Amino acid sequence: MPQESKKELRIIGFLCNWCSYGGADTAGVSRFKQPTDLRIVRVPCSGRVDPLFVVRAFLSGADGVLVSGCHPRDCHYSDGNYYARRRLEMLKRLLPFFGIDDRRFHYTWVSASEGERWQRVVTEFTKVIHGLGPLKIEEGEEIG
Amino acid sequence: MVELKEKISEVFRDTNLVICWREGFDPIHATPHFVREESQIEDSIFNLFCVHNLCVYLPFLKEKAGILVKGCDSRTLIQFLQEGLIRREDVVIIGISCRGIIDVGKLMREVLYEAVTGVSIDGDSIKVKTVSREREFQLTSLLADKCKICRYPNPLIYDHLIGEPVESKVSWDMAYEDIREFEKKPLEDRLSFWTKEIGKCIRCYACRNACPLCICRDRCIAETRDPHFTSQSVELKEKFMFHFIHAVHLAGRCVECGECERACPVGIPVKMMKKKINLEMKELFDYETGINVDDKPPMYTFKAEEEKIKEHEL
Repeated sequence: MPQESKKELRIIGFLCNWCSYGGADTAGVSRFKQPTDLRIVRVPCSGRVDPLFVVRAFLSGADGVLVSGCHPRDCHYSDGNYYARRRLEMLKRLLPFFGIDDRRFHYTWVSASEGERWQRVVTEFTKVIHGLGPLKIEEGEEIG
Repeated sequence: MVELKEKISEVFRDTNLVICWREGFDPIHATPHFVREESQIEDSIFNLFCVHNLCVYLPFLKEKAGILVKGCDSRTLIQFLQEGLIRREDVVIIGISCRGIIDVGKLMREVLYEAVTGVSIDGDSIKVKTVSREREFQLTSLLADKCKICRYPNPLIYDHLIGEPVESKVSWDMAYEDIREFEKKPLEDRLSFWTKEIGKCIRCYACRNACPLCICRDRCIAETRDPHFTSQSVELKEKFMFHFIHAVHLAGRCVECGECERACPVGIPVKMMKKKINLEMKELFDYETGINVDDKPPMYTFKAEEEKIKEHEL
């Protein structure tokens, strides 16, 4: 739901050009109401998403990162999202080791026709991030 | 060490280059030694101070070479072969069964950084002579941490083997106990632990340079402007970014030789991050690095149906 009463947080979305970006477009064209915290980066394929993009986003001040691509078996390039799945799963399990809540990072599959599903994903993910609040990675005490 | 020198000269006749160790600037430091002439064979040694993973040089060599490997180092070779970084026919492997090596840092702290003039090893004890006195230690107290949880003391791949096979009683669970223990801490504690540890980083890239699997070298994205992953700023975030790059690029590739941690001048537990990923690789893909030449690193491949990866619900 719209977060007008609360301060906006920064959520970065990496969406694949062929499915999820289209899905987000469908949601927009159908005038589904969506929270405004998400900033979308369009990528050619979810396989283009280096886990380090996600890390960089977090370290550059993002409070949440969402990656979305074509459903498995539906990749435009036939196998990009399979590679993405392995890498992103690895990252999702690595983040909590460094003390970053893994709920801040979510990856999912949304097709171009699933405008409604896109709305649900964005709304719920934004709700989760607002529940967690801003991400703080701050300089410790001076050493030495 | 007659056997060692015999083996080296045997291999040398075939390759004209053998990478091994020789004594360094003092008795407790060994240094990598490139044997290119017959006369240099005499200097080669193997003792408890031969800590280096010599495989680090191999992917950049343009010639056939002989190489000395300990058990842990041999996994590096297998990983190289899996990834096609070296060709099996270009390398002659002299394997050494290893009972563990000494953490020189620990020893230096014990002798208060005095100059060491002599070392003698007798069974399980080691006598260290410094400029002012002589002290005796138990070997086990000075062993490197990675050797205490070593599961592969014998080389997994070799053409010639030196020494009697050593038995290891360490199980997978014992080796990864420290990671599981760390993960029991609450999130905030983990973040503050890494904030403190990574905060020490001076980004000298010694861990990267010592890492045998970090093969990008001059093109490392931690230093390039295009792509510009890290900036030159000394902020904590940039340090975090560098360590994430190192960890993520070694996902499913790190053989846990521990060179990164040994090379680190400020004592960051760099290996822990890699061990965590290896633990996940085992759980997700039942894959262990550097064990079988025919395996494929999990990030280089996929399955249409992943058994262990479940869809995440919000």
